Amino acid sequence: MGDPAVRLHVVTGKGGTGKTTVATALALGLASGGRRVLLCEAEGRQGIARILDVAPLPYEERAVALGAGGGEVLAIAIDPEPALLEYLDMYYRLGRAGRVLDRFGVVDFVTTIAPGLRDVLLTGKVYEAHQRRDKQGRHSFDAVVLDAPPTGRITRFLNVNHEVAGLAKVGPIRNQADAIMGVLHSRATAVHLVTLLEDMPVQETLDAAEQLAAISLPLGTVVVNQVRTTPLDDDTRQALAGARLRAGDLAATMRAAGLRGRGTASAATEIAAGLVVEGAQHVQRLALEERLRADVAQAGRPVVTLDEIEGGIDLGALYELADRLRQQGLA
Amino acid sequence: MTPAGHGSDRRRRPARSGHPPPHSSPRVGPLAGSGREAPPLDVDALLDDRSTQIVVCCGSGGVGKTTTAAALALRAAERGRSVVVLTIDPARRLAQSLGLDALDNTPHTVDTGPAVKAAGGRLDAMMLDMKRTFDEVVVAHSSPDKARQILANPFYVALSSSFAGTQEYMAMEKLGQLHARGQRDGSWDLIVVDTPPSRSALDFLDAPEHLSSLLDGRFVKLLLAPARGPARLLSVGLNVVTGALTKVLGGQLLRDVQTFVAALDTVFGGFRQRAERTYALLQASQTAFVVVATPEPDALREAAYFVERLGQDTMPVAGLVLNRMVADLVPLLSADRARQAVDTLADNTDDVPGRAATRGLLVLHAARADARSRHLRLQDRFAAAHPGVATVGVPALAGDVHDVAGLRTIGELLGDVSAGRPG
Repeated sequence: MGDPAVRLHVVTGKGGTGKTTVATALALGLASGGRRVLLCEAEGRQGIARILDVAPLPYEERAVALGAGGGEVLAIAIDPEPALLEYLDMYYRLGRAGRVLDRFGVVDFVTTIAPGLRDVLLTGKVYEAHQRRDKQGRHSFDAVVLDAPPTGRITRFLNVNHEVAGLAKVGPIRNQADAIMGVLHSRATAVHLVTLLEDMPVQETLDAAEQLAAISLPLGTVVVNQVRTTPLDDDTRQALAGARLRAGDLAATMRAAGLRGRGTASAATEIAAGLVVEGAQHVQRLALEERLRADVAQAGRPVVTLDEIEGGIDLGALYELADRLRQQGLA
Repeated sequence: MTPAGHGSDRRRRPARSGHPPPHSSPRVGPLAGSGREAPPLDVDALLDDRSTQIVVCCGSGGVGKTTTAAALALRAAERGRSVVVLTIDPARRLAQSLGLDALDNTPHTVDTGPAVKAAGGRLDAMMLDMKRTFDEVVVAHSSPDKARQILANPFYVALSSSFAGTQEYMAMEKLGQLHARGQRDGSWDLIVVDTPPSRSALDFLDAPEHLSSLLDGRFVKLLLAPARGPARLLSVGLNVVTGALTKVLGGQLLRDVQTFVAALDTVFGGFRQRAERTYALLQASQTAFVVVATPEPDALREAAYFVERLGQDTMPVAGLVLNRMVADLVPLLSADRARQAVDTLADNTDDVPGRAATRGLLVLHAARADARSRHLRLQDRFAAAHPGVATVGVPALAGDVHDVAGLRTIGELLGDVSAGRPG
């Protein structure tokens, strides 16, 4: 079980690293022992619906899956427009005026055109869900997981309310912005970084860790995703790395394996030569991954690893990943 | 099919009825594909064609857009073009190898070795500095006093440096500037553009339209009303709106916003005209969009949205670059046969040397061959849904690319016409 003080999990990473998969698995893993977890999508991609194989998520908290340990996962796609109207209604009781604002193009302006304001609304809704309490005064959600924008935009996204606080010196917007930054800067939040063992994702992870630390946002765990296993034993790897394994070395076992290259000896040799080249590339890749693992450790954060799932991600695979996250203490 | 979730859908123009499905520009060569296979994308022919003046690389995050843009630019330069590549957010080491450490928002010539010079070409590169581009626009299009006033405005500072979305506006602006300069003094005859890592890959295309909505929107007019004297806009509801705005924003903040919008109003006018010109430029035949993807369902889904959207906007799609395809190094050995060999080897109890090595390599090959089949299947499905989109596959390299030599290798692979299917 992860740090119980953390109730807001922000999941980011370079594009293509599996943010949505990890965020969803994390929500499933956190939803144990009757806990209620809210999984939020902020990018309008409907990635969560696709991965869980449910209908597109509306702007409404809906039960989408049972937790890995007997809890419940709800999900919502946060859309800036209803978030704005809800905000106006909730804090200012501007039901009718909200609609007039729409008529004057204000809603359109705020939600799609004006740079930055979308992010204010998206983070605001996450904050609201995080703070919400039921009639008994208990938190409505034991944890909130945000499938956040990628590393290239995460700092700007999470820090947008700081900018807003700088603009609004006093008043309700200032108070709201300060409250959101208060939660984001607190121990209740953890920003997890998803990466692959490839140069650019690792570099972006380290860059993001540095940028987030610079503005005092609490870093969580680095999740190394899609880790490949190797079918080669130590001796073979070393022989390939030292270019000491040759096609001829495979000849006897190739025959024993029934590979006679469709009758011709040259075909068998060609196959063996090709296998050695593939093996050498694989070993080169493994060496690169080993170096990148060491780089990941430089972030100074706990690291969890998730093995590559063959044949794509489905609900069963998500529960497997959730288990792996629990075993490694993230969920 | 429209993407259910893309936030900007609502604003998107409806598809023109009767518009033909998206197809590639004829310059990419004969559509020689047979069956469901995509026709090959002839990158060299595209780059050699002097009428190609702008190449835009687009696609979802993490598919190698920036690397592809830089590799295309280098290859064009080595084939005699005078090229500038505009990158948005290059990885640090690639930026260093392109000499992009100096952040002065102007292009610098890249040290590419003798091949470019021998061909009579040239490669310049620059990295977009969003705030600086914005500042320059303000300074160039307003009086010194007004410029000072705008640059010091806290809203301006936040908008130009910290808010998401500004990057798309500025990328458009910079592209327009580079093109204008190329036309004026002949610095470049080809501009290669990388697109920003947006929420949606389509935000870049929507930037000019958003800018127009921003400036023509009733809301901005409303904000400008007090600055323009007695409001003639007064209508039912206006009081409700200003009342609501005052309540939400507070009187001081609302006045600050109004001052800011009024100050920027003049600057923005020209800004929008240029953005619209750039948009028109993107629709012209001298532009070629290269959609970049990897053979993964999510990346190809984004690529499909892009091809469809470009078709709707009548923007010229040159084709699809599929990065990180698995190459087939042992075409004689199928995955099934490799697995069968593993079983046969397990049944054979003779004491043969090298058993572990052969077994491991066969298992490795089977997985690789499976991945390759999966990639080809995904490529074929894309081709079936988007016939006529010329495609080139780039095999995955064992290491990552972060120098000119690596870009040259990618360029050679891109230029390999037979590589519609690598291996």
